[in-house]
Amino acid sequence: MSNLTLSRRQSLQGLAGLVAATALGVPSALILSGCASSPPAAPLDARQRQRAADRIGWGATQAQLAAIEQSGWARYVEQQLKADPSAPLPAPHQAAIDALRISQTDALARVREAEALRRSIDKAATEADRVGLRQSYQNTRKEVVREAAERQLLRQLYSEQQLLEQMAWFWFNHFNVHQGKRDVSLLLPDYEDRALRPQALGSFGRLLGAVVRHPAMLRYLDNDQNAAAGLNENYARELLELHTLGVDGGYSQRDVQELARVLTGFGVRLDDEPPRLKRSLAPLYQRDGFFEFHPGRHDFGDKQVLGRTIKGRGAEELDEVLELLVAHPATARHISRKLAVFFLSDQPPQTLVDNMARAFERSRGDLRATLRPLLLDPAFVAPAAAPKFKDPQHYLVSGLRAGFEDRPVLTSLPLQNWLKRLGQGLYDRLTPDGYPLTADAWNSPGQMTTRFEIARQMGAGAAALFRPEGSREPVAMPDLRALQQRVAATAAPATRQTLAEASSPQQWLGLWLSSPDFMYR
Amino acid sequence: MSMLNRRHLLQTVAAGALGLSGARLFAAGADRPRFLLVFLRGGYDATHLLVPIGSSFYYEQRPRIAIARPGEGADTALPVTADWGLHPALRKSVYPLMLAGQARFIPFAGTEDLTRSHFETQDSIEMGQPLGSSRDYASGFLNRLASELNAQQALSFTDQLPMAFRGPERIANATLRAPARPVVDARNRALISRMYEGQPLGQTVEEGLALREELARDLSPERLKQEMDAAGRNAIAAKGFELEARRIAALMRGRFSLGFVDVGGWDTHVNQGGATGTLATRFEELGRGLAAIADELGPELWRQTTVMVISEFGRTFRENGNRGTDHGHGSVYWLLGGGLSRQGGPVAGEQIALSAATLFQNRDYPVLSDYRAVLGGLWQRQFGLSMAALGRVFPGATPRDLSLI
Repeated sequence: MSNLTLSRRQSLQGLAGLVAATALGVPSALILSGCASSPPAAPLDARQRQRAADRIGWGATQAQLAAIEQSGWARYVEQQLKADPSAPLPAPHQAAIDALRISQTDALARVREAEALRRSIDKAATEADRVGLRQSYQNTRKEVVREAAERQLLRQLYSEQQLLEQMAWFWFNHFNVHQGKRDVSLLLPDYEDRALRPQALGSFGRLLGAVVRHPAMLRYLDNDQNAAAGLNENYARELLELHTLGVDGGYSQRDVQELARVLTGFGVRLDDEPPRLKRSLAPLYQRDGFFEFHPGRHDFGDKQVLGRTIKGRGAEELDEVLELLVAHPATARHISRKLAVFFLSDQPPQTLVDNMARAFERSRGDLRATLRPLLLDPAFVAPAAAPKFKDPQHYLVSGLRAGFEDRPVLTSLPLQNWLKRLGQGLYDRLTPDGYPLTADAWNSPGQMTTRFEIARQMGAGAAALFRPEGSREPVAMPDLRALQQRVAATAAPATRQTLAEASSPQQWLGLWLSSPDFMYR
Repeated sequence: MSMLNRRHLLQTVAAGALGLSGARLFAAGADRPRFLLVFLRGGYDATHLLVPIGSSFYYEQRPRIAIARPGEGADTALPVTADWGLHPALRKSVYPLMLAGQARFIPFAGTEDLTRSHFETQDSIEMGQPLGSSRDYASGFLNRLASELNAQQALSFTDQLPMAFRGPERIANATLRAPARPVVDARNRALISRMYEGQPLGQTVEEGLALREELARDLSPERLKQEMDAAGRNAIAAKGFELEARRIAALMRGRFSLGFVDVGGWDTHVNQGGATGTLATRFEELGRGLAAIADELGPELWRQTTVMVISEFGRTFRENGNRGTDHGHGSVYWLLGGGLSRQGGPVAGEQIALSAATLFQNRDYPVLSDYRAVLGGLWQRQFGLSMAALGRVFPGATPRDLSLI
């Protein structure tokens, strides 16, 4: 919710930033070149490396800090920007992902099988059969969600491509869908791996194009119900308000309605059989997996979107509109500001956001170009600058990375449940705005106390994560010496003094994860 | 800090009067008026709740999902007035309260915000500031109300602090969906407090720790009337929103007299159902929870209490192509309480006959009663707030006295 209100504030600050830059007599081109292309030349010190690692990924580990020290920050950033979304994790962790059912079964087959199960419910002979079948359908859905969550968490915990994993989370949240809507749950693994990850550090336009053609989004925002004969505006509105222009991006209710007309016919088909179409429409039909463009449901009239006439002609209309949206300055501002809020600060400096937006516009939505000014800005690695309060997922994942480095998690279920308790369950955000990115949504008294409870459990060794499900075996505490040295060199005095009173490694780790220092990145 | 002092004071009193402590603590402040805001997130279909049974236009425009006029059987609207009926899912919960003069409805209520966006409109309502001017995004109307009353008596019954409660007064929050337990043992609690001393989050953390201890005490099973009843009579235990509502009411018997809770799942674009179905089930669950609040508070406190149920907007008057409804404008607010006025009957505020011409943009209910004016008018009576105070809570709004209580 607050990311929206921020985007409204952004226009005001944009103005203020512009006025400030002009008042200083700094030509805007200079600001851009100054920040974008000359990374801090001096090697980062230990505190800067800590901040840099905490910001670019899911929390510093010893291995990551060493990698940053070895490459230097600028080269590390370039390596991170060049991430390969299909690269495997380091061996034992990749084996855990490969063992998941979602890795072993084809997405289409999985959804079809579940759909057949769902349809069999109504045909069952007795009520008892129906109950049984319904239960087994629900279990199928739950298992897919649980495995998608596990895969996501394993990647965040163990991938060396930490920036990619940040961006994968960011885009899921930006293009949020909820597991509870119809069969969205079954589509989640495919949505992440085919629609979001390939372009997470690529082209915003292609990312947007992949999302509008993915059944998960079409289902979630009801566009599979949107037809010339019965318009449904839900997706059109969010596409403008949340996904591209932002709430103050200068569009009207009329634009929403017209875009809804453009979107008619973009839907989902689970059967192999294509629909029956008039001969004249048949060549316009498109199909990719469960996605279809159904010309028989499309409104072929001309549309007016953001002042441009879109000639009615079929699926291409949407490509034309998306191009228009990607090129719109409001989109560049909205996405740039949201990225800066996510990585850097609830109130990111306007000049930085402007630089990012300019890079976005010039590169037509290239995300590497957009991120570079942010990652190389001196503020990104500055330990003293106002730090970013961790949302629950950053808090928990960074806690495990700090305490347990790359020790393999055997089940992520307790972690998934902690996320729920902290109000940020995976695939559990009901509304399309995604989880808020600012501190005020996460640092209330109730949420802080829940963090302390969970910190105690993590400190005690988080045994439930590191032994097989259902086992009661004790689990060895990790060797905390390297972490303790790091903390001794970087933590606030009150934190260091308090930690010195810990009477066991368990208590020490629980307190460190409860400390004010650890709440920020 | 004052909260901590107060807590210590209460504990001291309790320790000195063992055996009687519970009754004494809960009796404290029985004379104080209480207010709970229930926010239905998603834009609930108000036309499905307060059914315009007098309008043939309604039955024309909702051929597949309309609620039938009051008649025989369970699947027809419950009679309210000649113009209006109530959704049958509320037969056992809110309808009896309405017949007793303890539930009223304000149709055509809402905000002037026209974005028809859930998030924008929710934020805009919760901020409660005038539209079209620069707004303070860090200030919600319940926070401003709390600063006029007493912030120590406010509690948000949510996982996260909602926009309505954000602002300079630090308001505590705690979800009551699960039972409360103390956070950490005494030694760790002291060490945590020390790390946060003087830090920006220091007071937040202190409040969180203290509040959890307080809740664990006040929501112990013997304090919960319904849970006791269930144990004694082997009745079905409350669950879902009803259980949450009972816990809320239990806390509102004590020091908390200003509360907020939100309930999601109202965005019914597809297959919303009619007298039964998806939305009916939601109404049923909500209604049971609201009735449970009255029950748990007991008649004396219920007389001091008002519960307002609102939502960001209403939905399209016409059903859409998927037996659902889309984002609309005017809504229907519910007001419940043991001390409501009967003046004007169960349906309050300005009303109009429904036709294509009177719909807003030929699409939705118009807004005839602005939410800021309605709430301002209510609080003027209930809390005796001055015009100056109301001006601080809802800047630029003129309270409208609908004689609700």
